[in-house]
Amino acid sequence: MQQIISFIIRNGLRLLFLLLLGISLWLTISHHSFHRSKLVNSSNSFTGYIYSKMASVTDYFSLKEENERLYEENLLMKNFLLNNKQITENTSLNLPVLLNKEVKVMGAKVIENSFRKQKNFLTLRGGTNQGIERDMGVINDKGIVGIVEHTSKNYSTVLSVLNTDFQTVAKIKKNNLFGTLSWDGKSTGFVQLTDIPRIESIMKGDTIVTGFSSKAFPEDIPIGTIERATLDESTNTSTLHVRLFNDMTQINYVYVVGNIHKEEIEELKERTEDNEQ
Amino acid sequence: MSSEIIKNTIRFFLLLLMQVIVFNNISLYGYIQPYPYLLFIILYPVNSGRYGLLLSSFLLGIIMDMFCNSGGIHAASCLILAYFRHNVFKISFGLSYEYQTIKIPTTSLKEQIVFVGICVFLHHLVLFLLEAFSFTLFGYAMLKVLFSGIFTIIFSVLIINLFKITKK
Repeated sequence: MQQIISFIIRNGLRLLFLLLLGISLWLTISHHSFHRSKLVNSSNSFTGYIYSKMASVTDYFSLKEENERLYEENLLMKNFLLNNKQITENTSLNLPVLLNKEVKVMGAKVIENSFRKQKNFLTLRGGTNQGIERDMGVINDKGIVGIVEHTSKNYSTVLSVLNTDFQTVAKIKKNNLFGTLSWDGKSTGFVQLTDIPRIESIMKGDTIVTGFSSKAFPEDIPIGTIERATLDESTNTSTLHVRLFNDMTQINYVYVVGNIHKEEIEELKERTEDNEQ
Repeated sequence: MSSEIIKNTIRFFLLLLMQVIVFNNISLYGYIQPYPYLLFIILYPVNSGRYGLLLSSFLLGIIMDMFCNSGGIHAASCLILAYFRHNVFKISFGLSYEYQTIKIPTTSLKEQIVFVGICVFLHHLVLFLLEAFSFTLFGYAMLKVLFSGIFTIIFSVLIINLFKITKK
């Protein structure tokens, strides 16, 4: 016993070093797997406070662009509203309106946005107090931004589209071909749509939108346009390089969208899978 | 002694704030990302205990990781720098040098660059290798170490000499 104690005293510094190194390496490794650490992320109130103070200063620099963006979005909404009056008055075509009630939308302000690394995150001002929960989708007027990863009371972190761990189901709008959307970690303007069956009708400039089976996003949220395609000869599927509608380096205000019946769907899915076993 | 602690605490938070507010927003051509916050570890007084250095470096790194959402890579690289710092002292100032009394700001510019340089490259090597986390990105990580390292050294030496208290 005494020997153990004297060993610890003699090698205390080395042991402390190895212990702390072990903790940090464990944090690093778990950061690369799906279940990221809940302790070390920027959704806590300390980092959130500093980032929101910073954002309150830097906001002034982009006020003009932000106003123009909002004006354009309003224009689009107004256009849609005025042109759809006849449709909503017609009782037989109530289906889209009913379907839209599945989605709840919350606003949030981006207070920190990284896009230069392999694993990028955004920090939002808005958390569980505002109704934001894990796995909700984050979009803005132009397209998708990311998926909520961690939440605290007033802040949340978002797994950016520009994160090599990001994955969602997307489709080509005109022919409903489904694929998996992910990022290869290279350019901030492009994401990749993989596992698309080889079909001649794919054209440069075709629009990519989110698919219906996506957990986080509602259907038909715009993502980007096809820039070029590469064919994998062995599997006969092609990878499409998609130019994002969003400029991910300039995200200011976002909408957090959640499916109201998400828990119900998950429960149903679980029950079905249990039955099959 | 207590004035040393206060001085180091202030330096800890000032460098951290400067890193988060200013230097984290600097990124040129995707390769240059300076991290002068590690000056805290470089300037930590030589004669005060190494336990304090290890613990405060770990804390510094873990706070940086919170801000950057980067797992534990800053914590790991700060720890390694803190643990091997006295070896770097021996390399850059020689064994015969009485390194117990060294104060970095009072040494010559050449010595400063050598010492800060070794520290920075050690830190950046661990940092960017852990960040890449795969050998397919090894070349990219090495370029980042080189270019970011050069800029971190420039900023660090500038900060050391700007805030040097000159005795008349």
